[in-house]
Amino acid sequence: MVTTSEKLRISDFDLWFDKAHILKNVSLDLPDNEVTAIMGPSGCGKSTLLRAINRMHDLTPSCRTRGDILFDGESIYGADTDVYELRKRVGMVFQCPNPFPKSVFENVAYGLHLHGIHDKKTIARRVEQALHDSNLWDEVKDKLQESAFNLSGGQQQRLCIARALAVKPEVLLLDEPASALDPHSTARLEELIVEQLRGKYTIVIVTHNLQQAARVSTHTAFLMLGELVEFGITDEVFTAPEDERTENYLRGIFG
Amino acid sequence: MLKRNARQLKEKVMFSLSGASMVVVVGFLGLIIAFLVSKGAEVINWEFLTEMPRQAMSEGGIYPAIIGTLLLALGAIIFAVPLGILAAIYLSEYAAEGRLKRWIRIGVNALAGVPSVVFGLFGLAIFVILFGFGASLLSGSLTLGLLILPLIIRSTEEALKTVPNSFREASLGLGATKWQTIRKVVLPTALPNILTGIILAVGRAAGETAPILFTATVFFMKRMPEGIMSKVMALPYHIYALMSEGIYPEKHTAIAYGTALVLLGLVSLINLTAIILRTRARKRKKW
Repeated sequence: MVTTSEKLRISDFDLWFDKAHILKNVSLDLPDNEVTAIMGPSGCGKSTLLRAINRMHDLTPSCRTRGDILFDGESIYGADTDVYELRKRVGMVFQCPNPFPKSVFENVAYGLHLHGIHDKKTIARRVEQALHDSNLWDEVKDKLQESAFNLSGGQQQRLCIARALAVKPEVLLLDEPASALDPHSTARLEELIVEQLRGKYTIVIVTHNLQQAARVSTHTAFLMLGELVEFGITDEVFTAPEDERTENYLRGIFG
Repeated sequence: MLKRNARQLKEKVMFSLSGASMVVVVGFLGLIIAFLVSKGAEVINWEFLTEMPRQAMSEGGIYPAIIGTLLLALGAIIFAVPLGILAAIYLSEYAAEGRLKRWIRIGVNALAGVPSVVFGLFGLAIFVILFGFGASLLSGSLTLGLLILPLIIRSTEEALKTVPNSFREASLGLGATKWQTIRKVVLPTALPNILTGIILAVGRAAGETAPILFTATVFFMKRMPEGIMSKVMALPYHIYALMSEGIYPEKHTAIAYGTALVLLGLVSLINLTAIILRTRARKRKKW
């Protein structure tokens, strides 16, 4: 079982959209500086769980929650939680690359402007650092002032990662980040996660690509119909699942 | 089996009918322009555009009316644009879907359908009399502003809706507040479409007669307007005045048509700007 200290503790967490009970009493400790994959069949609530971590559901009026998620021991759903500070420390990358209609540079600098960093040198330094950290610098260093829409899909997705990294988050939430990418771009993205990000950030990645989960993650959580079925070290979950439902899913019986 | 049948005949008839309607519409449009040009072009020259009227307006130009119309439209914009954009932001970005929002929308649409003379009466009662602004540039601008407010709210709301939600999510996900997201991402993205809506509203404001009839305009002024409390001359009202009260019909009619031509040109110019802006924005759009 898991022994590392946890960065995020999801405890007895329930979530509803209107009357639909999407997440059912989920309890899960996400280990610090590791990559946790959340897997499960379509509609099992894995993206919903991911978006609960940075409270993106706040935008959906029909959403209700019970239970809490603790971030370094602090309540995320507490009444006095600063949700903007939370989202700064918990970065998110979405399913489809969604750069802003701005230049490559301005995309990465965006978060810095938000959080009151206006010194030009600092911004330039942190933009360059974020682009290095997302394996994108060599490809874009000569087109920083060009529109982000001129980049390829894979580059756009890495730009979105750079944009998230620029504000120095501690956690990265990746919501099926490769599902809109071609195989080559997917490989580059996985390489980025494994070689650059793993070990530096606490990463939670939602995916329904089993091979991808096996390649990039250290831990795996398996969700079905809104319930947590299994959680453990990725190698163990993949080779010797404890629950029959996990085993069936891995063998491709449903999903 | 392969013979022409009733279905094909219907197709031909409908094709011809709709084509003919098209010709009629374009024909009327051409006729209006040709008519105005033939009747009014003779009086238009540099002097007509840049000089004060003389000799009970049978000589000279319509310069003060052109300036008056521009000032009224400008005033209406200064009043209606900030108010309209903020209201649209509230509706599109802040207000939750629900009954209240539906009612507000119905209200805005109803306001857009109110006849313009009713706005004129309202402006007279409220701005001219109750607020004591008198018949003035200020009262006329406010009344015209009210008239175009629903247009601006609607077009801005539409413009905001075309901004993909993924942009908002990306911004909020980085820790932006809603207002930061609106100011830094949503508004800049929607700006070309918002501007297009505003420019079309200016065109509407410039052409209206009824709202300024009781609130701002005079038939004739010896001097240019001196401030926001001055009365003004305006192109649409000038036409009305010349045709209804002109004492030299043979001269005044020609001047009225000339004025109409100038007004048409002005409004077309404004609309053309909007079209150019929209086309350029569409070309640049890549998401």
